[in-house]
Amino acid sequence: MKGRRAFLKLLSLMAAAGLVPGIAKAEKWNSAAFSAKSVDEVVKLLGGSAPQQSDQVILNGPEIAENGAVVPLEISSTLPGAESIAILIEKNPNTLAANFVIPPGTLPDIQTRVKMNETCNVFALVKSDGKFFYAVKEIKVTLGGCGG
Amino acid sequence: MANAIKVRSKLDGDVALVRLLISHPMETGLRKDTEGQLVPAHFIELLTITYGERTVLSAQWGPAVSRNPYLAFRFKGAKKGEKIRIGWVDNMGESATEEATLE
Repeated sequence: MKGRRAFLKLLSLMAAAGLVPGIAKAEKWNSAAFSAKSVDEVVKLLGGSAPQQSDQVILNGPEIAENGAVVPLEISSTLPGAESIAILIEKNPNTLAANFVIPPGTLPDIQTRVKMNETCNVFALVKSDGKFFYAVKEIKVTLGGCGG
Repeated sequence: MANAIKVRSKLDGDVALVRLLISHPMETGLRKDTEGQLVPAHFIELLTITYGERTVLSAQWGPAVSRNPYLAFRFKGAKKGEKIRIGWVDNMGESATEEATLE
C-alpha cells in the first residue's frame, strides 16, 4: 500500500510536470471557484460578471430526479464561439459542479451526470466572446445525492 | 481494473461523438460510512482529451460530478482509425490515461 501511494505521488508529480502524456500541464484546478457558495460568486471567480439569460443556451434535464446522486444533464449552445460551459447547482454545498473548456472545433454540446443535494435551480453558464450567458431550470430531487 | 476509462466513439462524417465512462468513486467528503465516519473527499479535478496534438476537450470537475462519471461530447475534423487520448488527475494525486481508436 505504501509503495502504491509513493508511486501515485510520483505519478502526480510527473503529471504536474507534464510528463504524463494526455494530461495538460500548467492547468490548475480552480479551488476558489469550486468552493464558492453562490451563482454570483462562481461567475465572478470564473472571470465574469452580470451573466445574461439567453435562449441560445439550452439546458436539458429531468423535471424530477428520483435519485439526486445521478442527474443527467445536456447543455448545448448556439452562441457563436462558445468557449466554456459550466454547470452550477444553486443549493449544493458548493455551487460549481463542473466547468468544460470548449476549444475551436469542438461542438458546444456536453452530456454528463451530476449530484444534487435537494430541489433547486440548475444553471448552465456559457462563456462566449468574453461574456457569460445562462439557462436555468428547476430540477426537483426526491432523494438527495451529496451526503446520504 | 480500478481507474478504468471506457471509451465509445462514433463518426458522422468528420464529427466524432465520444462517450466516456470513468471508474471513480467521486467522494464528496460529506458522506458517512457504515461506522458513521466521514469518507474523505476523493474526486477527479482535471480531465483532458486530446486528438493528436489538439486538445478537443478539457474540464475541471468538483465532487458534484456523479460517481463513475459519464461524459459525451462531439468534435470536428476527426478521422476513422485515428486515436484520442483521455487523461485525468484527482485531488489525491492519482491519475489515469487511456487511448482509444475512433470508429
